[in-house]
Amino acid sequence: MEQTKKFNEEELKELKSISKNLRERALTMVYKAQSGHVGGALSSIDLLLILYKKTMKLAPEWTNDKELSKRDRFILSKGHASAALYSILCEFGYFCPSETAGFRQLGAKLQGHPNSEYVPGVEVPTGSLGQGLSMANGIALSLKLDKNPAKVFVLMGDGELQEGQIWEAAMTSKHYKLDNLVAIVDRNRLQIDGNTEDVMGLEPLVDKWKAFGWEVLEINGHDYQEIYEAYQKASLLGREKASPVVIIANTIKGKGVSFMENNAGWHGKAPNDDEYNKAINELRGL
Amino acid sequence: MLTDNRKISSLRVAYGEAIAELGKENPNVVVLECDLSKSTQTIIFKNACPERFFNMGIAEQDAISTAAGFASSGKIPFVSTFAIFASGRAWEQVRNSIAYPKFNVKVVGTHGGLTVGEDGASHQALEDICLMRVMPNMTVIAPADSIEVKAAVKFAAEYKGPVYLRIPRPNLPELHDESEYQFDMKAHILREGKDITIASYGETVIECLKCAEMLEQKGVSAEVINVSTIKPLDEKTILQSVQKTGVIMTVENHSIIGGLGGAVCELLSETLPIPVKRIGVRDQFGQSGKDTELMAKYGLTAETFIDEAIKLVEFKNK
Repeated sequence: MEQTKKFNEEELKELKSISKNLRERALTMVYKAQSGHVGGALSSIDLLLILYKKTMKLAPEWTNDKELSKRDRFILSKGHASAALYSILCEFGYFCPSETAGFRQLGAKLQGHPNSEYVPGVEVPTGSLGQGLSMANGIALSLKLDKNPAKVFVLMGDGELQEGQIWEAAMTSKHYKLDNLVAIVDRNRLQIDGNTEDVMGLEPLVDKWKAFGWEVLEINGHDYQEIYEAYQKASLLGREKASPVVIIANTIKGKGVSFMENNAGWHGKAPNDDEYNKAINELRGL
Repeated sequence: MLTDNRKISSLRVAYGEAIAELGKENPNVVVLECDLSKSTQTIIFKNACPERFFNMGIAEQDAISTAAGFASSGKIPFVSTFAIFASGRAWEQVRNSIAYPKFNVKVVGTHGGLTVGEDGASHQALEDICLMRVMPNMTVIAPADSIEVKAAVKFAAEYKGPVYLRIPRPNLPELHDESEYQFDMKAHILREGKDITIASYGETVIECLKCAEMLEQKGVSAEVINVSTIKPLDEKTILQSVQKTGVIMTVENHSIIGGLGGAVCELLSETLPIPVKRIGVRDQFGQSGKDTELMAKYGLTAETFIDEAIKLVEFKNK
């Protein structure tokens, strides 16, 4: 296997700096709208950053040929983390930064949960949990029919895995040997009503995916090097085993803002003025 | 008589043949099936285009969302299962992953209504037209014979957007001429009359034609309309007819709530309030039985609903 490249100091510094911008933009969207899901957006931002900046082959102009281009596809199955997705799409030029002011506002493109009709770079609508992996399978099957080498990445929440449809889809991915599909689980261990293991236990999670025939990788979802290596390895492993691959990314809900970290209360709450200022100062290292 | 000596044919076989035909012409057509390929007759497509046939197993929710993924990539998926599961089990998947983004998916529910063999209430979709009609962006089509099935499938494949197609299980008399019938989403007047309008779709259309012939013997002139597209409703044809007749009876192998009867009441109450009689299953579950027994038991045969037509005309003339 090819040696995966190591990020040097400068690259790590750049990634860290972008991730701070992404977090700040996501937080600001939720703050201005006084509505949105901040905890699960912050837990997934590092995973998204390495996908969009270092892994997927895609560019905003490729989305014009929405159906046929060779761009890699990303699906945010945990659609409530829309602030994170919008933040990254904005960062990479999919729409004008001024659009972010419309987040969750009447008449705006950036709906509470992503809509593929209005937002460039959004492949399918998500928000109703449990449907993203099935849709990703449909795209992966379609790409295979077209002999299109593009890959499909789908990010699921851990609480979302309680939806039965996920496991129907997990059978489908394996049955059709979707080696062009990489699933990522944002394992932040919290859902609205508390700890996932208290609400509806998911463990042993790695064993569950293995039992469904998937290749499983487990990583720290905030370590850029680990994330990058897992994405590279997943694609190779998939091809080698003719199998879909899932990456269980252990993350921290609310990552980056100390008082939001590991607190289920920040699942779907917007910060007030003081909380917002405190959070921004912390992100900026002030 | 109009209803006599007509060729009887299978609507499900017509569906399977139509998608197989389409599949050979259009490489973007894919078919998803939920372990019922011999019942829905998608097996005909499977034999014609095996590489584009995907059995999803007994997992309707996954099948519907997978079809959405196909559509987002430029394919034209036909997803088939029994109407009860397509419209009920996977309703929210149809709503959020197909209707909301206007994806080009054709959801095909076979075995609509009471006539599902002897399977009973658990398998009888008496609510599917209602459940699909209530969704924005959804087109709802329920053909009355095998010729209309073929024409509707062809239309659905060319039409860009979500379509729900309801296919009855029983073999039915052919009402259309295959060489000239083209599907156009319009309601079609199959028999003209002046005393009462009878609107229907699917397997009850033939019963409405029989009823009209029986009414003629009693001196009542009935206009029969095949409303095979329940949504968008061809309001013009229905309004023109009732402006002439003054009363309307809807007949459907479906609940009286929310189906064609509901759609017609919604239209008329806002535009031209006139007496309406809804014939259908009256807010109850079905049961096991033979098709003919069930249709008679629940009042869906010409013999069982003719009196309601006469009462409606008498009411108008009072």
